[in-house]
Amino acid sequence: MRRYVPKDNVQKRAKYNDRFWVAPQVPRLAVEDEHFVSVVRNVSAVAKVKDSYVELGQLVLEIEPSDNIAVLGNLRDECGYSVCSELSAIDYLAQDGEFEIFYQLLNMKERKRLRVLTRIAEKQAIESITPLYDMAKFAEREMYDMFGIYVNNHPYLKRIIMPDDWEGHPLRKSYPLEGDEFASWYEVDKIFGKEYRDVIGPENRDPARIDRYDTKRFARVGHEVPFGADASLVDTTDTPIEYSSAPLSDYQGGQHKVLEKRK
Amino acid sequence: MAQHQVNYASSGGLPVALTTVDKLINWGRSNSLWPLTYGLACCAIEMMASGASRFDFDRMGVIFRASPRQADVMILAGTLSKKHSQFARRLYDQMAEPKWVISMGSCANTGGMFNTYATVQGVDRIIPVDIYLPGCAPRPETLQYAMMMLQKKIRRESADMKKNRKQRFV
Repeated sequence: MRRYVPKDNVQKRAKYNDRFWVAPQVPRLAVEDEHFVSVVRNVSAVAKVKDSYVELGQLVLEIEPSDNIAVLGNLRDECGYSVCSELSAIDYLAQDGEFEIFYQLLNMKERKRLRVLTRIAEKQAIESITPLYDMAKFAEREMYDMFGIYVNNHPYLKRIIMPDDWEGHPLRKSYPLEGDEFASWYEVDKIFGKEYRDVIGPENRDPARIDRYDTKRFARVGHEVPFGADASLVDTTDTPIEYSSAPLSDYQGGQHKVLEKRK
Repeated sequence: MAQHQVNYASSGGLPVALTTVDKLINWGRSNSLWPLTYGLACCAIEMMASGASRFDFDRMGVIFRASPRQADVMILAGTLSKKHSQFARRLYDQMAEPKWVISMGSCANTGGMFNTYATVQGVDRIIPVDIYLPGCAPRPETLQYAMMMLQKKIRRESADMKKNRKQRFV
């Protein structure tokens, strides 16, 4: 006999799963360019290069975090990468428990761009590259402000975007977009004092707040309940918010196949 | 003040006009509203256009002043970030009474599309607002209309700000 499968909630199950779906990715090509080959050879002489490949015409070097000064110094002095156009981090804490730090470099003579990637753990600090590139003074401050990554030997490591007394690091994936409790009361605490929180009261803090689980003013698409339903009836399983309905392209293998839907 | 216009021919040449102190003071206040030169975001561009020659705020007696001490009106033109909120409040506190506030644009009214950790969700959280001006960004004509509404409001109010304050929180 066939195994029984509950069929009552067919809408909940996806009707169709693409077995051959591949996550869209930028193709990683082998390093064949003459200039890039010499760069990889140069850098390998001073530090360990964990991986190197070409993405969208740009060389990507993956290195150890402790080698960043040696590698970037070599790239600047020996390979002609005189401009560091961007430097920041990406939060992979939920996936891998680490941050990815990237340095985007530009060679004005060869008209080539290069990215240096390194990964550090959450509480690990990285060495400042301000002796090599002055732009890092602001960029590393921003990285510290937004992600809470400490930078050793930075001349002035201080928050640059958020106020100095801010709590939390907003670009971390764990930081809520609408802000935590500290953020929602920040201007009240600053202007009127903390005791004023009680005068306003939490229900008047943000009367126009859009709550996903509010059954009186908003309906969640796909999770509709009667008007004013009890909160316990509401399905609070977290559904991901789709930010874009634009079709996704699959660049793997250069076929540019438009994928059926965004996952 | 057309109703109080002096008819020299019929009043025996006497320059007499009868009115109340409230009306006289409010006539002066409402026709010389000096806003603070204070722009926060893109709404400030529209505010600048309103002040320039094409839309010409000066003809309404609205002259932008560069100091809060000389200003009567604060136009909060744009997104107010939480970092900046204490400075906006300080500028408001530095203005001399009587003072009025226009919240210009969606961001100043409700936070607009910036429903985020860093944006004040409506400037009325920190400053009492007299006129809310919708739009993103409002056209210069709309700002001028808001200023005319504010003039109307002032003419309706008592000249004694203490009486009015009962209706407003400070």
